Amino acid sequence: MSSPTGPAAKTERLLNLVLCLLYTRRPLPKSRIRAVVPQYGDAVSDEAFDRMFERDKDELRELGIPLVTEDIGGAWDDEVGYRIDQREYALPDISFEPDELAVLGLASRTWAHASLAGPAAQALRKLKAAGIERDGDSLIGIEPRLGTSEPAFEPVKNAVVGQRTITFGYRTGGQGGVNSRTVQPWGLASWHGRWYLTGFDLDRQAPRVFRLSRIDGDVTEVKKAPAYAVPADHRAQEMISTTVGEQPTRTATVKVRADRGNSLRRRATGSNESGEWTELEVPFSDDDGLADEVSGYGADVVVLSPPEVRDLVVARLRGALSAHTGGAA
Amino acid sequence: MPETATDRLARLLTMVPWLVARQGIDLDQAAAELGITVEQLETDLRLLYLCGYGQMPDELIDAQWENGRVFITNADTIARPLRLGRDEALTLMVGLRALAAVPGLGERDAIERAMAKLEQATGASAEAAARVEVAISEGVEADLLADARRAVEGHRRVHLRYLVPSRDEATERDVDPMRVVNLDSRWYLEGWCHLAQDTRTFRMDRIARLDVLDVDGTPPDDAQLRDLDAGAFTPRPDDTLVTLLLQPGAAWVSDYYPTESVQTAADGSQTVTLRTADTLWLRRLLWRLGGRGTVVSPPEVAQVVSEGAQAALAAYGADADPPGTGG
Repeated sequence: MSSPTGPAAKTERLLNLVLCLLYTRRPLPKSRIRAVVPQYGDAVSDEAFDRMFERDKDELRELGIPLVTEDIGGAWDDEVGYRIDQREYALPDISFEPDELAVLGLASRTWAHASLAGPAAQALRKLKAAGIERDGDSLIGIEPRLGTSEPAFEPVKNAVVGQRTITFGYRTGGQGGVNSRTVQPWGLASWHGRWYLTGFDLDRQAPRVFRLSRIDGDVTEVKKAPAYAVPADHRAQEMISTTVGEQPTRTATVKVRADRGNSLRRRATGSNESGEWTELEVPFSDDDGLADEVSGYGADVVVLSPPEVRDLVVARLRGALSAHTGGAA
Repeated sequence: MPETATDRLARLLTMVPWLVARQGIDLDQAAAELGITVEQLETDLRLLYLCGYGQMPDELIDAQWENGRVFITNADTIARPLRLGRDEALTLMVGLRALAAVPGLGERDAIERAMAKLEQATGASAEAAARVEVAISEGVEADLLADARRAVEGHRRVHLRYLVPSRDEATERDVDPMRVVNLDSRWYLEGWCHLAQDTRTFRMDRIARLDVLDVDGTPPDDAQLRDLDAGAFTPRPDDTLVTLLLQPGAAWVSDYYPTESVQTAADGSQTVTLRTADTLWLRRLLWRLGGRGTVVSPPEVAQVVSEGAQAALAAYGADADPPGTGG
């Protein structure tokens, strides 16, 4: 037998509680529950039992178990009883066709290496619990996988789904500092492999888009914030694609060595060969993004303009050099 | 992270109906399909054996797993799984909607049917899930995607003109396509590459041209697809072991690349080891990181990073008159 207070004992206690509340047709008073669930016998006092039972009820409800409180008092008292409604508890009996299970499997595996991998696998297992699946392997020929490496993903997702106002530190582009933002979340979307939050920025009194990777530190819920509604016509992806405007709006001039800078050559809208180097006109939208890309080419690509991107590249190269020659990083 | 008592309860409440519907399933197979170890499954079964709606023998769950076969009886009260939780419903709904947006997918009908049934089963959760969106159809031309899928399905060889950014080369090669995958909204074609004589993964936005050839493109029997869930890169044991020191701003690197070990210091910086055969991509990464990442060892790699950065700076210095001089 396991330790009476360890996590295994707690699972055992909670499972016994679920079983007896699901089994009963009439609501059970607390005194009865204490007698039926043996682990409650370990409670040293009435108060200790009460505290334990209150916490257990909360935890079961957090798992989505529909534990209800009903009045069972007779004429003389107002005692309450507890039970779990079978129909409310159980997943409706739905049978899925093999091709439906195949796409559901694909949808579930989309999250296989993301923070939601657990819930995604659990969900599929629930749907498959009843049926014996035939060959469930998909022959669809495509396999999508999502990542959620941004630490802000979990709290932001919970705030979006639960419609709760949040506050967080946000790094602005370039070398800008971190400032605090308070936002009513509307939507969360992955776009071009990055997660974005859309919502109403209470500091700026305007709708805004935030890149999750730029959220700095903790995301905290604003207590007692007034409820808000998500605009009925809000489409997160549309707002992101127009706001972030990954549509390149500017053009950089870079020079690349012969046969080098192939990705840049491919995107270039103009090129002009002069000896060892070719000059390219490259459309871009994000200074840091272009500077990252160009820095990766080392000595094979040089930014001629705009100067701010050129400076960013030089700063990166100097940083890399000093980090690898014993200088301070 | 160890499983909490409530996480375990949630897992057991899903596991019991699953096992009840598969009476007599092989213990090893059950553990594998449930994604847990055999030891964990046995520990779980021992716990179930102690639980019931009362403590009389006929009120307790009966779990048997002698002879390696699992039987669970007297578990009628929890023989149906608990409704889908919020995150559970969300993952499936968002995943299905992402699939539905993939251009030219033939399974649209199955996706729509599955989505309708799921909505029926989840109610309000489905509505909340609508606020999370995933665009995976971006960044690839519909024609290229359609041609690639057609080649996979019809076992046709393709000819690719492909840019290899880590070596900064444009290459021509014939490939027997095996699968089209989307990782973090990026499309890849995987297949047997006749140039490399091995399976290779091609980023579709780097495919400059794809021609479906009128040639059978069945890959060799021993061609192995990589395990997507193991991450984007699969290192080999004889690759060079590199140790990096990452400043907090570069911590994403350890999420993005497969590492052998990660140690996080109190200030958020990380010491990471990883294996790689080719250090060119690593040099590129370190130039990009601009000092937020440092090669601790081996010294040869640190050396080439610093030489490359020096050469690149020289290329800027040689350009005597930068327009609009900054700092």
